[in-house]
Amino acid sequence: MTGLTVRYGDVAAVSDVDLRVADGEVVALLGPSGCGKSTLLRAVAGLERPGGGRVAWDGTDLASTPVHRRGFGLVFQDGQLFPHRDVAGNVAFGMRMHGVEREKRAERVDELLELVGLGGYQRRRVTELSGGEQQRVALARALAPEPRLLLLDEPLSALDRALREQLAVDLARLLRDAGATALVVTHDHDEAFTLADRVALMRGGRVRQTGPPELVWRRPVDAEVARFLGCGTVLPARVSDGVATFALGEVRVGDANGDVPDGPVRLGLRSTALRADPAGAITGEVLEQVHRRDHVRLLVRVGTAEYEAVAPVAAAPAVGDPVRLSADPDGVAVLAGS
Amino acid sequence: MAHPRAGLSRSAVGWALAALLPLGFLGVFFAWPVLAIVRLGLREGGVLDALTSGETWRLVGFTLGQAAASTALALVAGMPVAFLLARADVPGTGLVRAAVVVPFVLPTVVVGLAFRALWPDGGITPIVLANAFFNVAVVARTVGGLWAQTDRRAEDAARALGASRPRAFVSVVLPALAPAIGSAAAVVFLFCATSFGVVLVLGGSRHRTLETEIYLRTVQLFDLSGAAALSLLQFAAVLAVLLLGALARRRGETALALREHAELTRRPTGGEWGVVAAAWAVVVALLVPVVGLLVRSVSTSDGWSLDGYRALTGTGERGTLAVSGVDAALNSLRTATDATALACVFGVLSAVVVVGLRRSRAPGWLADGLDTALMLPLGVSAVTVGFGYLVTLNALPGDLRTSPALVPLAQALVVTPLVVRMVLPVLRAIDERLRQAAATLGASPWRVWREVDLPLAGRSLVAAAGFGYVVALGEFGATSFLARPDAPTLPIVVARLMSRPGQLNSQMAYAACALLMIVTAAAVLLIEKLRVPARTEF
Repeated sequence: MTGLTVRYGDVAAVSDVDLRVADGEVVALLGPSGCGKSTLLRAVAGLERPGGGRVAWDGTDLASTPVHRRGFGLVFQDGQLFPHRDVAGNVAFGMRMHGVEREKRAERVDELLELVGLGGYQRRRVTELSGGEQQRVALARALAPEPRLLLLDEPLSALDRALREQLAVDLARLLRDAGATALVVTHDHDEAFTLADRVALMRGGRVRQTGPPELVWRRPVDAEVARFLGCGTVLPARVSDGVATFALGEVRVGDANGDVPDGPVRLGLRSTALRADPAGAITGEVLEQVHRRDHVRLLVRVGTAEYEAVAPVAAAPAVGDPVRLSADPDGVAVLAGS
Repeated sequence: MAHPRAGLSRSAVGWALAALLPLGFLGVFFAWPVLAIVRLGLREGGVLDALTSGETWRLVGFTLGQAAASTALALVAGMPVAFLLARADVPGTGLVRAAVVVPFVLPTVVVGLAFRALWPDGGITPIVLANAFFNVAVVARTVGGLWAQTDRRAEDAARALGASRPRAFVSVVLPALAPAIGSAAAVVFLFCATSFGVVLVLGGSRHRTLETEIYLRTVQLFDLSGAAALSLLQFAAVLAVLLLGALARRRGETALALREHAELTRRPTGGEWGVVAAAWAVVVALLVPVVGLLVRSVSTSDGWSLDGYRALTGTGERGTLAVSGVDAALNSLRTATDATALACVFGVLSAVVVVGLRRSRAPGWLADGLDTALMLPLGVSAVTVGFGYLVTLNALPGDLRTSPALVPLAQALVVTPLVVRMVLPVLRAIDERLRQAAATLGASPWRVWREVDLPLAGRSLVAAAGFGYVVALGEFGATSFLARPDAPTLPIVVARLMSRPGQLNSQMAYAACALLMIVTAAAVLLIEKLRVPARTEF
């Protein structure tokens, strides 16, 4: 995509986006709802007409290629299975459109259903499937005609959490096994990082940062991106030999190769950046305390400022207690360009 | 899907061109004949006289008054039935569903005769009752259809917030149903205002509406200018009602999440049993004229007898008919088949074009305009159309006026709006993303229609064809005008038999009616077996 813009009336839902997807690469478009990521996906699929810029495949402009000739598979948030066809009929649909022979179709349907873990479901009615099963069928259906590019629009967000986490792992494996080139739209960091080789972070219709998930997570490009990635607090710090010194002590931020140069930086602190630690250098007072699944979240006053921190469930301090804190490198991001 | 830029896309232009096809059909077989009649009337002068005469306005008053009364009655009777169909989990609901629809598709002459069996002298009461009798189905199905798809939890939430059951109904349920109620009321009003057979049979020359007056003036008095003036008046009123109905429909037009019926129906509790009982009472009341007719068809002054049925093989007492009853019945079946085929082709085409226009970037008024234009034939006097055919169609190659295709064409015009109203809502409710999914899988736009839209609308289409068939079978207004004496349909034969003296004639008429009714009821029961989604607007 080059300089891609999509407008609704006067409002640009997507403006001036450049993005490349390499063969066999899975790229996640990550951003809050309403940031234009789904619109971007629809423009790539050919369902929206771009107001400017171009979508090209292997250097060929796709502007005049209608949706059904693009060879891009699309998986919707809620499956959108054909209710009048059974599971096999849904999966075989794309192959039928491409004139694949009957025996070959049946063979590939079996193979794909096996792949998504629904072997033997061929004759089932799609209306009788659970949400997770429907989504697997939708995926098999999109993969069946061997699309050049697979577009996934929030493929897991309609499912409940446990299922979502399980399916995200399955989906990542599936995409790698199938060697699929894919563009995944999601608002969920975990999902993006599980699925993608590369993440493109969108806000306000623009791509703000692209890179491998780990890099985007640890080196958000600016404070706004950092905040979307969970860094509630941004503090100035000074780096020396890969160790950042800031108001709440010291924390290792770079590796041994010195990937974070010495000098002033800004640190983004996630809620897990500070841990209750009897050996910690800083003392604060617990203001609030909330139990989560596997830890306790604290709101701690240090001096005049308030910070989030975590404590183990077994040794959680009560409200009003003093608590000692230390910084955890895993909860700290260094803002790039700072 | 809203599109990013203004201006017509290629597909919008394509759909606009496709719209010319249904518009062309409407133009040749509806607008032209009607306008010709109006012009004929205007040329002869006297339209102003007719418009200023007190007699005319008395007719208008009676027409609207009886239509309003019938509509109100149909609404009151239809609402409990709608509740029963949409919300109550009680046995026998399938039977009720079918029983309610039978009156709607009964031939008007049959209904007229059925009420005359109960009120031999006719009058205003049987007219209102008969019109309401017809249209309870419209209310029950239209409102019940939306009701069955309205989330029950909104009502539960209101109850949890402290609203009593009636209060929750008035403040939550009724507003949600308002579009369907409005739409149903508009359609029912239209049907009642233009009802022909019933008023003719029950009102005679004492109680006349615009519709029957147009007929009487054209056929008996040859007062064309008077008829034209009345047609104009009727046309204006119909247009107003249609526009109101279109407004109501548009408000109700939201993308649907089709819900499983089971999660919405519950076993009634407390006062709800009262509503269920009322619904059953309505159903029983609907069955009274039907049963009355059947009884009348086998009873003579000498006791029970099947003479009427046996006489159908002949031509009636003293040769009242030109052909035998059996021949007329066969002719009816043939004509209705042709009419249904025509109406399905044309109706599906029209519905597809309307939906295509809505989905493409074409301006909204184009789709709305076509949608409304397709409803017009419902509201214009079938007599006017029939007479218009006689005046205009000789200008077409292969003189249609004497062609056996004439009656099917006229009936198709009456049936088409029904097909459109049954197929269009289903097509409209198909999720755009389902079609997009098909497109990304390699289906061309044409293939998407074939693989997604048509299969999903398939059952509705079959049902529409079934209903269309029985309506064509019973069509009276236009047919009475156009059918050649040597090729009458069964309803024409019934009317002719009733207008002649002789016990055998009336016995034969009742028998013919009973036959029509049995065919109709069988067709409706078959259609019910299809379990078509309730979302139809009739």
